[in-house]
Amino acid sequence: MALLEVKDLGISFGGLRAVDDFHMTIEQGQLYGLIGPNGAGKTTVFNLLTGVYKPTDGYILLDGENITGKKTIEINQHGIARTFQNIRLFGELTVLDNVKVGLHNHHKYSTLAGILRLPKYYKVEKEMDAIAMDLLKVFELDGEADYKASNLPYGKQRKLEIARALATDPKLLLLDEPAAGMNPNETQELMNTIRFVRDKFQMTILLIEHDMRLVSGICEELTVLNFGQILAQGETGEVLNDPKVITAYLGE
Amino acid sequence: MKKKVWSKNTKSNLITYGIVIGAWLVVEIMMRAGMLSSLLKGLLVPLCMYVILAVSLNLTVGILGELSLGHAGFMCVGAFSSAVFSKCMVQAIPVSGLRFFLAILTGALFAALFGFLVGIPVLRLKGDYLAIVTLAFGEIIKNVVNVVFLGRDSRGFHVSTKDAFALNLEADGEMIINGPQGVTGTPNDSTFFIGVVLILITLFIVINLVNSRTGRAIMAIRDNRIAAESVGINITKYKLLAFTVSASLAGVAGVLYAHNLSTLAAQPKNFGYNMSIMILVFVVLGGIGNIRGSIIASVVLTLLPEMLRSLNDYRMLIYAIVLIATMIFTSSPGGQAFRERYSLKQLLGQKKQTKEAE
Repeated sequence: MALLEVKDLGISFGGLRAVDDFHMTIEQGQLYGLIGPNGAGKTTVFNLLTGVYKPTDGYILLDGENITGKKTIEINQHGIARTFQNIRLFGELTVLDNVKVGLHNHHKYSTLAGILRLPKYYKVEKEMDAIAMDLLKVFELDGEADYKASNLPYGKQRKLEIARALATDPKLLLLDEPAAGMNPNETQELMNTIRFVRDKFQMTILLIEHDMRLVSGICEELTVLNFGQILAQGETGEVLNDPKVITAYLGE
Repeated sequence: MKKKVWSKNTKSNLITYGIVIGAWLVVEIMMRAGMLSSLLKGLLVPLCMYVILAVSLNLTVGILGELSLGHAGFMCVGAFSSAVFSKCMVQAIPVSGLRFFLAILTGALFAALFGFLVGIPVLRLKGDYLAIVTLAFGEIIKNVVNVVFLGRDSRGFHVSTKDAFALNLEADGEMIINGPQGVTGTPNDSTFFIGVVLILITLFIVINLVNSRTGRAIMAIRDNRIAAESVGINITKYKLLAFTVSASLAGVAGVLYAHNLSTLAAQPKNFGYNMSIMILVFVVLGGIGNIRGSIIASVVLTLLPEMLRSLNDYRMLIYAIVLIATMIFTSSPGGQAFRERYSLKQLLGQKKQTKEAE
């Protein structure tokens, strides 16, 4: 069974059909790319998958469970985590605390235990610290654990966002333009990190990207969106050589 | 590395507790030595009250990141509910310590309840709109309290919003809340010592809350609501929680206030928006999100007008100048650069370096 199955998904904002008849099947462990020109509706698809928008039509199955129209936090608890196109970190918190916020729903103690500093507080906090540090090590951020997140350089902020998303222990990780604003070296490094994350955590990853080098380098399958509709879908090599796709990107 | 972060945090918190205990010791010694004027003695309990208010408002403004202008309203709820409790229980519980303890719980509980109820609609709003609506709720609470007449006689409690005669009290009855005249004859249970203990408890609650899983969730919402939601944080729950705790601590300050005076009436001066704004000034000048700053700012800004009393008409002028100077010093880019260059840490660091060089 596929990990993510999307059928006939669509949303209208008033008279505007932002996404129409969208379908997609992602297998466990796949690295899947969603590409398309600006304004094609890629981020809208992410917002539909994560419950930011409620779809007007269609349904979304995650691991066989229907998650259509659920709230963002419920969908996160079902196992979809995401990063954002414009980085959204908790800027005033430390790097470590950013990841610990991601651990929020998996390592619990009550507010009262926190205020009264019951033994459970120390136990759970210790666990959280250990897991968060391990995650930071994966992204080579452990040296900056006590920095304020907003003081990190751009590339590291992107990595921290991925680390935070992974902390929620997702089945599916959505990356919204992870390479935006990165130079070729950083992009290369990011590609390695994404592959590493997939292998180490057996993660399924769906990513939006404009950097064709990254897309062709790591994605196994692609869906191309244009004006809210699917233009092409299939194996990366075939899709990128599709004349329709080349036209959409480069014009006639 | 991990351990260092933690201990740095703990150290800073211990300093905050230390400052409060140190200040208490100094005042206590001065009081024993007879060095305090009666004017200053009268200020001690209000001082504790302001500190609690500022710390509790900092939880809403600094930690939750929502501007609330209705804090005096919650203080009003705490003051009146506890005053009514104490007045009814004067005979039933003669031990003043126990009675006051229960009064504090009553005040905190009622203020928390109001904070929760007000929070449900209010926290759907953001920024300026939230500030305006909390301001309105604060005024509503004050004005509602002003029209309540509550009396007790052998037949039980009577409530009216018309006047004292509408209660039809029997001969043995007594007025508890007399409309705009408020509550008279509340036992004077507030002492400076209890005030300091309450400050410490407030600090304990706020600091531990902030440095816990719950506090992280609250600050995550402040820093980025959408991202917090995306990692599964229940926004409504944690916003309401912070707001309720903040309101209940303001209620505790209200209890302290009510039991420091023999007459408690809701006036614009004590529970109006002036009070809310003044608390906000303490929080802003102490540094938004900075608990220790709130304590220091509220003490300094409460004492300042009293210290300048000899200057008569000029004192509010100087008060204003101090406010503006502090704002420039703490918040303007120039002031920040100056602070960075001449900060205590920097100076100490240089000393250390020169020592090492020697």
